[in-house]
Amino acid sequence: MTSSSLEPIRTELAQCCARIDREVTIMEVCGTHTMSIFRNGIRTLLPPNLRLISGPGCPVCVTAQRHIDAAIDIAALPGVIVATYGDMVRVPGRRGSLESRRANGADVRVVYSIHDALKLAAGEHERTIVFLGVGFETTAPATAAAIREAYARRIDNFCVLPAHKWVVPAMLALLETRDVPIDGFLCPGHVSVIIGAQAYQPIVERHHRPCVVAGFEPGQILQGLLSLVAQFERGGSAVDNVYEAAVKDEGNPTALMLLDEVFEVSSAVWRGMGVIPQSGMEIRPKYAHFDALKRFEITLDVDEDPAGCLCGQVIQGKVMPQECRLFGEDCTPLRPIGPCMVSSEGTCAAWFKYGRPGTRRASKPPT
Amino acid sequence: MCLAVPGQIVQRHGDVAQVDFQGTRLEVSLVLTPEADSGGWVLVHAGFAISELTESDARKTWDYLREAGIDGAQGGET
Repeated sequence: MTSSSLEPIRTELAQCCARIDREVTIMEVCGTHTMSIFRNGIRTLLPPNLRLISGPGCPVCVTAQRHIDAAIDIAALPGVIVATYGDMVRVPGRRGSLESRRANGADVRVVYSIHDALKLAAGEHERTIVFLGVGFETTAPATAAAIREAYARRIDNFCVLPAHKWVVPAMLALLETRDVPIDGFLCPGHVSVIIGAQAYQPIVERHHRPCVVAGFEPGQILQGLLSLVAQFERGGSAVDNVYEAAVKDEGNPTALMLLDEVFEVSSAVWRGMGVIPQSGMEIRPKYAHFDALKRFEITLDVDEDPAGCLCGQVIQGKVMPQECRLFGEDCTPLRPIGPCMVSSEGTCAAWFKYGRPGTRRASKPPT
Repeated sequence: MCLAVPGQIVQRHGDVAQVDFQGTRLEVSLVLTPEADSGGWVLVHAGFAISELTESDARKTWDYLREAGIDGAQGGET
């Protein structure tokens, strides 16, 4: 969609916001939305009283430090190959990162798909392949499928460090703490492919906040924002779906059944947000053999986030990246301290890459 | 990241298929889209098709990805 074809939606959005006499804060929950908003300069197209804040939608960023540390510790075990999606490799833990472990001789491999990890296990009988199960509902069904396949084919030297998460409970938790004013949610497009638009109904029913599912193109994002603001203006709160090309009300039933077969809903720890009930995916007892925590008898540490790092607050929209003392000086994409600067979809990385002049922290004055 | 990209199924073999992403072919699992078949279009995330798409919607998404400079066949992320 060209910028001129965005003009009618932009005009409608401006007219709608002009009729509202206060600031409206919309949280975009998904890291892919965050990146698209920056990449396409969406903020420059918005009326002055429409504010966007980023939410807990970058999978790597919300992963608690205890899981990062566990992954790094597992990589140091003899006879183990850690297989992971690429954005986990550089996240700093208490004892280095997977990247630094690899430099010290650990076998850490980046895979395109969990299927590649399973193939590796099937052809490698001497060592155990541990896959890092990080990600939301978009990614978790692939993990469930791989665990079920490993069970059926008896690929015993394969297991998963389980850290998958459900998004909606985190959105509810944000509203329940009332720390951040949120007037509506731009809901993640590809998570919604799996869970379906109707999954946001509890947010509408309990908290009366509109929820709109949108895709990642600029026209989709503006259309989603328009639906949210129009609902806000008339005091409505409903679930709307402007991404009907891929998202159905009921989601993907095959994927949801598979998730239910392999995982049970549990509480989970989120970076900066603590324990959120019903937001985790624990491997069911039938598949316990494929749970890396059980196989290696790992007790998760307490979280010890990097000193001074505000990632835990950034992912809740409580602070903007440039309010962090480390941002842009001590913490950069080349030398990241927190996960929000590591992941290509992290809010800090997005602000660092695309933030307008004047939005970065000023350099320290010469001494 | 939760980005999924469209591709066209070249040939299905059981639960897996060769999927064409604008010239790059990759093996993709169809276990989550059991009804998808050769010639059809699917949205793919981390090596798994998560939804079927119409050709017109798939092409629209491709146009955007190309404009944005995103390599559709890239992977290895959450």
